[in-house]
Amino acid sequence: MPRPFTPKVLTANDLLEGEVIYLAPDGGWTRELSRAEVLTDEADAQLRLVEASGQQDRLVGAYLADVTPGPQGPEPAHFREDFRRRGPSNYPHGKQEAHPDV
Amino acid sequence: MYDYTEFDRAFLAERNAQFRAQVARRLDGALTEEEFKPLRLMNGLYLQLHAYMLRVAIPYGTLSSRQMRKLAEIAERWDKGYGHFTTRQNIQFNWPKLRDVPDMLDALAEVGLHAIQTSGNTIRNVTADHFAGAAADEVADPRPVAELIRQWSTDHPEFQFLGRKFKIAITGAPDDRAVTAAHDIGLRIVERDGEPGFQVIVGGGLGRTPMIGQVIREFLPRADLLPYLEAILGVYNLLGRRDNKYKARIKILVHEHGIETIRDRVERQFARLRPTFSGVDQDELARIEAHFAPPAFREAPTDAYNAAYANDPLFRSWADTNLTAHRAPGYAIASVSLKAHGATPGDATAEQMRLLAELAEAYGHDELRISHEQNVILPHVHKSDLPALHAALKEAGLATANIGLISDIIACPGMDYCALATARSIPVAQEIATRFDALKLEHDVGPLKIKISGCINACGHHHVGHIGILGLDRAGVENYQITLGGDGGPDAAIGTRSGPGFSADEIVPAIERLVLAYLDLRESRGESFLDTYKRLGLAPFKSALYPEARADAA
Repeated sequence: MPRPFTPKVLTANDLLEGEVIYLAPDGGWTRELSRAEVLTDEADAQLRLVEASGQQDRLVGAYLADVTPGPQGPEPAHFREDFRRRGPSNYPHGKQEAHPDV
Repeated sequence: MYDYTEFDRAFLAERNAQFRAQVARRLDGALTEEEFKPLRLMNGLYLQLHAYMLRVAIPYGTLSSRQMRKLAEIAERWDKGYGHFTTRQNIQFNWPKLRDVPDMLDALAEVGLHAIQTSGNTIRNVTADHFAGAAADEVADPRPVAELIRQWSTDHPEFQFLGRKFKIAITGAPDDRAVTAAHDIGLRIVERDGEPGFQVIVGGGLGRTPMIGQVIREFLPRADLLPYLEAILGVYNLLGRRDNKYKARIKILVHEHGIETIRDRVERQFARLRPTFSGVDQDELARIEAHFAPPAFREAPTDAYNAAYANDPLFRSWADTNLTAHRAPGYAIASVSLKAHGATPGDATAEQMRLLAELAEAYGHDELRISHEQNVILPHVHKSDLPALHAALKEAGLATANIGLISDIIACPGMDYCALATARSIPVAQEIATRFDALKLEHDVGPLKIKISGCINACGHHHVGHIGILGLDRAGVENYQITLGGDGGPDAAIGTRSGPGFSADEIVPAIERLVLAYLDLRESRGESFLDTYKRLGLAPFKSALYPEARADAA
């Protein structure tokens, strides 16, 4: 039996600002993980990754990150992604500054 | 202080114009990220976890007030109002926007600063003793030679595509404050029969395979330096491994071939190269040296210092920990701690940078230094000015009396910023400092260097910390390994791993147990943590770290 596919989001850094961005269900990009599209099919996820790597004028370093779907949208499966969605822990900078509700 | 010549200014203006055009081509889609990445890295621009990061070199750690003010301006105008001083005498801006970076580089060029070769497989910023030109124990000021190396290595066509990055450090004092033995090449200025020269160390480095460098030449006459460096780099460039990134540093080459083989090859290459050096480099060195003439030290009574020392306990405590002996009578070297308890090690706000620039002008012959230990130094302060300096620092929250103590922690940015990190470093440093401040034990504990890295690349120098902490990812959870007995000084040593790691919640209590055990074990107040460790070895400290193991054994 094939291994079950861990749900993923497609994430990258914004070309101009470097900020963390996520692929949204409408095909655009969002700065909030909770609004990211959860990819549950491996072939679909790989296809999105290939498509994103063609968007050179918008983003840098696209990759798939594991998430756990929850009632408030996807939650990071790893602490690195938790920092990426929030910002550093020593100052209220990054996303926690721009979106204090996150 | 070295002032740029017309040649230096023109070179930098040209490089900055090139990078401006490269950014424009990236933005209009003419360059892909794959094409652009090596270009931005050559100019010190990284992409980190949350944003871009610009790493600016502070050659041999020396800054003028004017340069420090410009760093403050850049922090305010294009970043979030602060900068982070690193363990390689660089400053990092954590939040620049790609479009702004060409303007930031032009602003830096106005004061003779740049970000060239702060990344990539090139010769990086040459670091030096942060007390250079001031220390009482110094043989000679290493900065003119460091500047010569900077000029020689900048854009050196043969060394732009080395197998891996290459770091050079230089000290002019026997008390090695530049960790020369942990660099690809370490230079120690020595004298033999009155003749100045260098002891040359090669193959040191930290990272995933930590090694203490070995002496390749016991005495190298001063005039032979550049051809000898070129010989080492040439041998490394030809022979160094390019098949495996983790085996590409010169330390692996020296380890695999042995120091004798490498020495033979270097000496042969040196014999070929030496005659091709006409002496122009020595003419340039003489020109550079004139820029580093010592300031006009004044002679004045030190009564004000003596009175403050006798009457003001806060001043006395600061003077005891933060001052170092100066070579000029009546002067002191004043270290300004960027490690207020609970603060991020190495961070300075724009206001703090401006104040430090102002104080350097008023009391410090206009000179500032950045140490690899992430503090700022006013290298030349007359003792009579120290009470006023201390009062001004105190008002700005910069008078923490902890240089060389347990809260003067080196920490890399870790996973709060760095894309390579496997765990956070900064919060661990903040919590240790806050904890020992609350315990009021810091001054009783005495000299103790804690160094924290957030991954095995070891930017936080954990291997040479008396207590080293390495943050790792163990099955998706932050985990911290402790090493003990490392030493970054003249008798450099790599620390020994104490045993299993600790979780983020357990690491600070573990350090506390370790330090309390030391207080019980030391023979007297004069026996430092490191000396006690050397006398007793790992065992008693291990028992303190892992009490449950001791209980199991009983």
